Order: sequence, then C-alpha cells, then structure tokens
Amino acid sequence: MKKDIILCGVGGQGILSIATIIGEAATKAGVNLKQAEVHGMSQRGGDVQSNLRLSTESIWSDLIPQAGADVIISMEPMESLRYLAYLSPKGTIVTSSKPFVNIPNYPDEAALNAELDALPSVAKLDIETVAKDCGNARGANMVLLGMAAPYLEILSVGQLRSAIATVFARKGEAVVEANLKAFDAGVAAVK
Amino acid sequence: MKKLLLGDEAIALGALHAGLSGVYAYPGTPSTEITEFIQGHPLTRERGIHCRWCTNEKTAMEAALGMSYAGKRALVCMKHVGMNVCADAFVNSAVTGVHGGLVVLAADDPSMHSSQNEQDSRFYGKFALIPIFEPSNQQECYDVMAKAFDYSEAIKEPVLLRVVTRLAHSRAAVEIGEVRDTNPMNPSTDQWVLLPGIARRKYEVLLSKQPQMEEAAENSVFNKLERGGKKLGIIACGVGYNYVKEAIGEEGNILKISQYPLPEKKIKALADENDAILVVEDGQPVVEQDVKALLGTGYAVKGRLTGDLPRTGELTPDCVAVALGKPAGPAFDAAKNLAPRPPQLCQGCGHRDVYAALRQIIDEMPDARVFGDIGCYTLGALPPFKALSSTVDMGASITMAKGAADAGLRPAIAVIGDSTFTHSGMTGLLDAINENSPITVIISDNLTTGMTGGQDSAGTNKFEAICLGLGMDPAHLHVVTPLPKNIPAIAQLLRDEIAYEGVSVIIPRRECIQTAARHAREAAKAKAAK
Repeated sequence: MKKDIILCGVGGQGILSIATIIGEAATKAGVNLKQAEVHGMSQRGGDVQSNLRLSTESIWSDLIPQAGADVIISMEPMESLRYLAYLSPKGTIVTSSKPFVNIPNYPDEAALNAELDALPSVAKLDIETVAKDCGNARGANMVLLGMAAPYLEILSVGQLRSAIATVFARKGEAVVEANLKAFDAGVAAVK
Repeated sequence: MKKLLLGDEAIALGALHAGLSGVYAYPGTPSTEITEFIQGHPLTRERGIHCRWCTNEKTAMEAALGMSYAGKRALVCMKHVGMNVCADAFVNSAVTGVHGGLVVLAADDPSMHSSQNEQDSRFYGKFALIPIFEPSNQQECYDVMAKAFDYSEAIKEPVLLRVVTRLAHSRAAVEIGEVRDTNPMNPSTDQWVLLPGIARRKYEVLLSKQPQMEEAAENSVFNKLERGGKKLGIIACGVGYNYVKEAIGEEGNILKISQYPLPEKKIKALADENDAILVVEDGQPVVEQDVKALLGTGYAVKGRLTGDLPRTGELTPDCVAVALGKPAGPAFDAAKNLAPRPPQLCQGCGHRDVYAALRQIIDEMPDARVFGDIGCYTLGALPPFKALSSTVDMGASITMAKGAADAGLRPAIAVIGDSTFTHSGMTGLLDAINENSPITVIISDNLTTGMTGGQDSAGTNKFEAICLGLGMDPAHLHVVTPLPKNIPAIAQLLRDEIAYEGVSVIIPRRECIQTAARHAREAAKAKAAK
C-alpha cells in the first residue's frame, strides 16, 4: 500500500509540524517514508509545500509524480488548488476553508469555493474556528491533520494520536492534551 | 538502528561518525542544516568539534585545509555559489594535497529555489582534478562520508561531495553505522609552499593520480550497472537514478553513477549493449557532454542538450518519465482561481522601514539607483517597495554602486545586510573609502543571518568599529533604528548624505523579528526553569 500526500499552505502556517507528526507515526509503524521539504527563501510568507510519500514498498523518488497524490492537505483553500495537477483522479483535498490573504490579487472567494466544490472529493472546514472552540487557537494544523486522518489509511487514527503525544511530549502534558483535542475535533468533523 | 534524517542531516551525522574534528561553513540554502545539525549534536560538545560559523566560504575552506594539514578530518559546507567564493583555496588545495581527510560539500540548487543561478559544482571537481561523490539518497549521504574521508586520506587529495536541493531537504530513514574516533594531531611534513617550482612538481603528482581515481570509480560501490529486460541504455547520476527507477523499475539497463571521475569502461560496456544512451543528471549537462566525447559522434547520446530532458530546472519524476516514454499527465485541468504568492518580508521587519524610506527617496530622485545584495532584503525588489536595480552576488552592492558612481551616476546607493557585509562587503567599502567615492551605503543590520534561518552573524556589535577602522569619516557614519515612526528621519538622513559627495554609511539596526521572537521564547523558558 502507498499514500502520497502533498502538504501545503503559506510559509509560517505550520505545515512542517504536520509532516513531523506523520513522519513520526510512519517511522514507529515501520512504514517507509520520504519527505521533501521546502526551506529557505520561500518560507517568508510565500507558498510552501512538502511532498510526503508513505509506502509499505520501497520508495524511489522524493517527489510525487503528476496525478499521483492520494491526498492534498492544505492550510489554505487557494493553496490547495496550486497542486491540482499532482492530485490523482481518485484523490482527496482536505483543506482549511478560510483564505489567507496577503497578496493584492487574491481570487474571488465564491469562485474559489465553487471550483473546490466541483472536484470529486473535498473536505473543507474553518479549522481556525474549530481550534479556537477547542481552546487551542494555535492548533489549527492539528485540526487539519485530524480531518485528513481517515484518508491516510496506511496509518491509523490511533497511531497518529500517539505520534502527536511523542512529538509534543517535551512541551508538557497540557500541550499534548490541547493538540490531541484539536486533532480529535478534526477527526469528528469529517465523519 | 534507523533514524529519520534530511539528506543534510545524514551528511552531518555521517561526518561526525567518520571522526570529524571540524566543520567550516557559511550559511546558504540548501546546505545550512549540515552545520546546524553538527552544532546541536552531543558528540560535538563531547569531542570539542569545531562548528562555529565562518565569515565566508573562503575563510571556511582555508581553515579546513589548515585542520587537514594538522592531520585531522575537516568538512567544508556551502551552497553552490559559495564554490565561487572559495574557488582559489579549493582549486589550490588539490595542488597542495591534503593530510587529514578533507571533504568539500557543495549543495547545488537546480531550479534556483533559493539562488541566483543553477551552476553545477561537478564542473569545479573536474576543474580541480579531484574525485566527486554524488549520493542518490539519504542512506548514501550517510554512508559516503566515512568512505570519502578514508579515500581523501588514502589519495591525499580533497574530495568534493555534491548534493542537490531535493536530497538536501528531503527526509528518509537511514541505517546508522559505527562511530569512529577523531584523528590525533599529526602535522604534515610535506612541502605545501606553492612557489612555481614546487607547484609544478605537485601538479604533476596530482595528474599522476588520475588513473587511480578513475579505477576507484570503476570499482566503486556507489557506481553500478543494472541490466534489465529492455534494450534501453540509461546513465543516471545522483538523484536522477531515483526518478528513473520510479518510472521504469527493472526495465532498463541503468548505469548508476555516484562517484567520479566517470567510470569510462562501464560507460563503454553500456554503450556496446544498447543502441542509445539517455543521460539523466540533475543540474547542467556535465556527464552528457563527456559521454558524447567518449562515444564519438556516431553514437546517440540523449539528455538535456538534445531536448529529451529540459535544458534548465531540476529533474522531476515527470520530466524523466516523459524522456523514458512514460508520461503520466495531469488528471485535472489547471486551477482557474489561483494567484502567485511570492515570498515577502515579514510584517514588522526592520528592512521594511528602510525600504519605505528608500522608496520616498527614489520617488523624489528618479535618477537614483539602488544596488542590492543577497539576503532577505533582496525582497525589497518586489512590490510594494520595488526599490532595487540590481542583485548579483555577495557584496556586489557596494562595489557596483562605486563603479556606477565612477561613471558619473548620482545618487548611487548600496543596500547590504550585516552578514553579507562581513562576508564580502568590507573589502569593497575599503575601495570606496580610499577614493572617497560618492556613494551612500546602507548596512541594514538585523543582528543575524536572516534568510537562512537566523544564524550568528560574524560582525555583530562591530560594524561601527569596522567602518571606522577602514577609514570612514565619523561625520558620515550614522546608526538609526528602523521603525515606522522613524521613517521620515531616515529619509531625511538619506537626503543629507546623498547630497554629500563622498562615502556615507548608514546602519539601520534592529533585531530580526524571527530571532527576537526565538530569543524571547528562550528567555521565558530559562526563567520558567529557575
């Protein structure tokens, strides 16, 4: 089994934390993994993405081929469309529904939503509001990971939860609990 | 034991486990994480391994050569354009030869994700006549280090290690090997004085080692010829191998190359068994040219020069699949509601306030030209500021402003960051001061090397002293605080200094907001721990 995932968003939104947790879960589960990240200049408020490949077989390329991604996980709705050519015909987009506008020519929001809704499989959610409702305003990325969890298949919800606990362990019990709560809210939202 | 590591981290750990005594580097994407990993590793503290950032790649290369002279293993790390900065020392280190193992790591950036060109460092390895390793995956990044250091000591030459962005910044599980001791101090007793008479003799020695290097590449564990089912000849270098395997699996006859000079016997064997060869290499067509020369005009060699692969940009699984006749094609049409989102200066960044003032000056004085430099502040070229006329290489702001002023251009303004100034700006400022050139130099000091993630900057707290030491007139050296409320005052200072027909230096100084936030977090943590 393989799952190719594109993580995307705007620099500073925390996509690398999502990647770290999936990476931790995959390593513990003995699933092969390659994860191409973007560092450097593009991290400054520009579009960022990470290619995450999980497989029970060996993985060659660090990059996902076109039409190969099983899931696009996006912290921002317009950014989820940037990698559309890489989405498999059977693939799913899991995205925040709330635009992050830091450019003057951001597209019309209704048109953007219409385009997303016309795709075969899309899960959208105002992850920031859900995170705030959980009392964890900085946990939007964990809500998003929760939303994506049922689509990852190669890793279980339980494996992802224990990876969150491991990754945030050094920040203390309270931080772990807050992030698990946000994650669970994301899982519940797509059920 | 397996560890999940970036290519850069695998190189760092491989070097530590190979008995490294010192890493010498200037930050540069995509190489920065190597030195950062070594700085944070417990073995570094335990063994007292040198890991402090250097002022530039040339000082790094020379210090590493000195450590090698003393008998210890040294690693130099840089991005590809850093090779240009250290080229003098690098090329000559092949002529002196080395004593302790010396590995020079160049991280190339095809597609220019964070760079101003896509030069291929393998040319430098060929130029210096030394072996090159080009790992294809994270495991090889780790494994190659022990081999490279051993080999460097065996042939008494530096070796070049070349990676590309996609490997440097991609993570995979790596099997960890044994940890070797560092070398004892044991200074060289050879003659390293490159006076012409000695250099001629040493150059002959370097040339005499070439057949041995070729033989090593023929027998290298990193170079292998795989014979698949079809009559399809492929030479796949470094990460190119992964894309070939992704596209065709076991189908083709693939010569994987991760050690140079080129294994010519293996290439000829591949040529004999196939009707044509496709060369898949990331970067410039270095191998393609050599293979064409080796096989002659009658043999079909395909690659970037023939258009079978794109002439520019990094390799992708898609372009390699197309070249192998297996295009995937997108499943969905390109999105319609999509706008580019270029990187930008952080909100609250001091460079923004400097550019807001500069923008006023440019609007008032249409003849003004602002010569920029390399760093976060290069983003001042983009809207809303659109303030820069040029950005070329580390330090070129001051010297280009001087040359333009020599030609009569007024006002000629240079914008350079603090770390870039100590890297390569100081010598140019000395030229300008010696002629009292009519230029206005802005050293935008954010107390860090910002673009690469906030590494220490070599000149912090020393800039006024450096400028005065170079001979700056104190009356035209100013320090200001770049804050929105100070923009009018900074603009007025610029007007006054532009009116002065001589060198002025203005230092806007305020800490990078990213490192300031990090320092605040660290301080809070330290307080909580008390």
